[in-house]
Amino acid sequence: MDHTPPPFFKRGPAPLVRLFFFASLSLALLVIDARFRYAEGLRTWLALAAYPLQRAATAPVELVNAMAGFFSTQAQLVQENEQLRARALAASQDAQRYEAAQAEAAQLRKLIGAQERLEVNAITAEVMYNGRDPYAHKLFIDRGATQGVRPGSPVTDETGVVGQVTRVHALLSEVTLLTDRDQAIPVQVMRNGLRAIAFGGGASGTLELRGMAANADIQNNDRLITSGIDGTYPPGLPVATVIRIERDAENAYARVVCRPAAGVDRGRFVLVLSDETARPPRPEEPQAAKGKTRGRLKDPLNSKDKDATVR
Amino acid sequence: MQLSASQQILRPVRASTILASFALALFLNFLPWRDLRLLPDFVALVLVFWCVRQPRLVGLGAAWTLGLVTDAGNGVLLGQHALSYSIIAFLGIWLSRRILWFGAGLQALHVGAILLVGQAVALLVRLAAGGDFPGWPILVAPIAGAVLWPLVSWALLLPQRRPAREQAI
Repeated sequence: MDHTPPPFFKRGPAPLVRLFFFASLSLALLVIDARFRYAEGLRTWLALAAYPLQRAATAPVELVNAMAGFFSTQAQLVQENEQLRARALAASQDAQRYEAAQAEAAQLRKLIGAQERLEVNAITAEVMYNGRDPYAHKLFIDRGATQGVRPGSPVTDETGVVGQVTRVHALLSEVTLLTDRDQAIPVQVMRNGLRAIAFGGGASGTLELRGMAANADIQNNDRLITSGIDGTYPPGLPVATVIRIERDAENAYARVVCRPAAGVDRGRFVLVLSDETARPPRPEEPQAAKGKTRGRLKDPLNSKDKDATVR
Repeated sequence: MQLSASQQILRPVRASTILASFALALFLNFLPWRDLRLLPDFVALVLVFWCVRQPRLVGLGAAWTLGLVTDAGNGVLLGQHALSYSIIAFLGIWLSRRILWFGAGLQALHVGAILLVGQAVALLVRLAAGGDFPGWPILVAPIAGAVLWPLVSWALLLPQRRPAREQAI
């Protein structure tokens, strides 16, 4: 006996079957993306599909800003103009001194035979939106591979380091903020040159220095700058200020909490730096150690290679 | 005689309405909001609506695709939203007859529960991938979604409503 319904009542597989199909597909994708990173090509295409909507979503903000600009009074503009002129004057003084200092530093470096530092190029980018994911601290900027952004480049604003470009699409790129739990940056205490590594504190929006000895010479309000020894971040950029130190007699390490110097969650414009310094080749790492550190510390060279193969 | 909302005879839905509503929801999600944890997930909300109203037109395939676009747009693990939206769509289809039986308030309760399950799935995926717990405010999003439900379902049904005079005939 044939009990199949006539064709116009056919509805395909049952919802539960479909759920199993799509759930296993999602899980497979998750594993592929998290473990092996084979899905980058698919991600690039999907990001391109989402781009018009993302671009459109920034339009209302731009409109509000334009409206605010339109209705600003002349008095406000005059005042702002004066403030900017005063700041430019102060900055020009600094710039003159900087030039002299730079020439001097170059001479001294030549004297001691150190490698010359090359100029750092910067691309200005506008922040499109924050990633809609409370678990990851990410930012999307409107410059991508077409404008010369490369994965691994440091991103700063006018007050300090914001983060690092971790993924580059054709027209936009993804910046992982310093406060992300998986982000690490080598720093130096400005006061005494003490080196450390700052890790993101996750949801709290702070940074944390790990592995600092309990008697390390570090104080509240110490300013941290990039040390530049990783070859990714240029040296001397402000990173954070120490706000709390917890020294515990039971623990051999101090817990140092810092507040990022840059507005990692505010501000509309950022600079993407591309550092072209010639570096000595990286020493060969043993394979076993490489596998262990993967995922914790972001290795800029490795991630660069990975992304380059995808593009 | 005034007919109740569930008894009204609606015009058949157009595919363009569904597509436009999803595009609008994605647009709302991509807006640069300040605190994302307190905001309802508009895509999930619209998805539940269409799965409840049109289970034969909008199903798990659409949910999965939307999830992938959301994942890529937000730069998170591919499959996180895809999995959560698939489960939301399944629950919507499964409970569609039951949900339509109730009034707006009780419908919102059901929808809140569905959104909560979706949020929990996303949370589990993140915790399994090594993320840390983002704090209890993430519970606000499904509740906000449930509160918005009557408004959303009213707005999305507008293109299908007939004028009152036509209704009386």
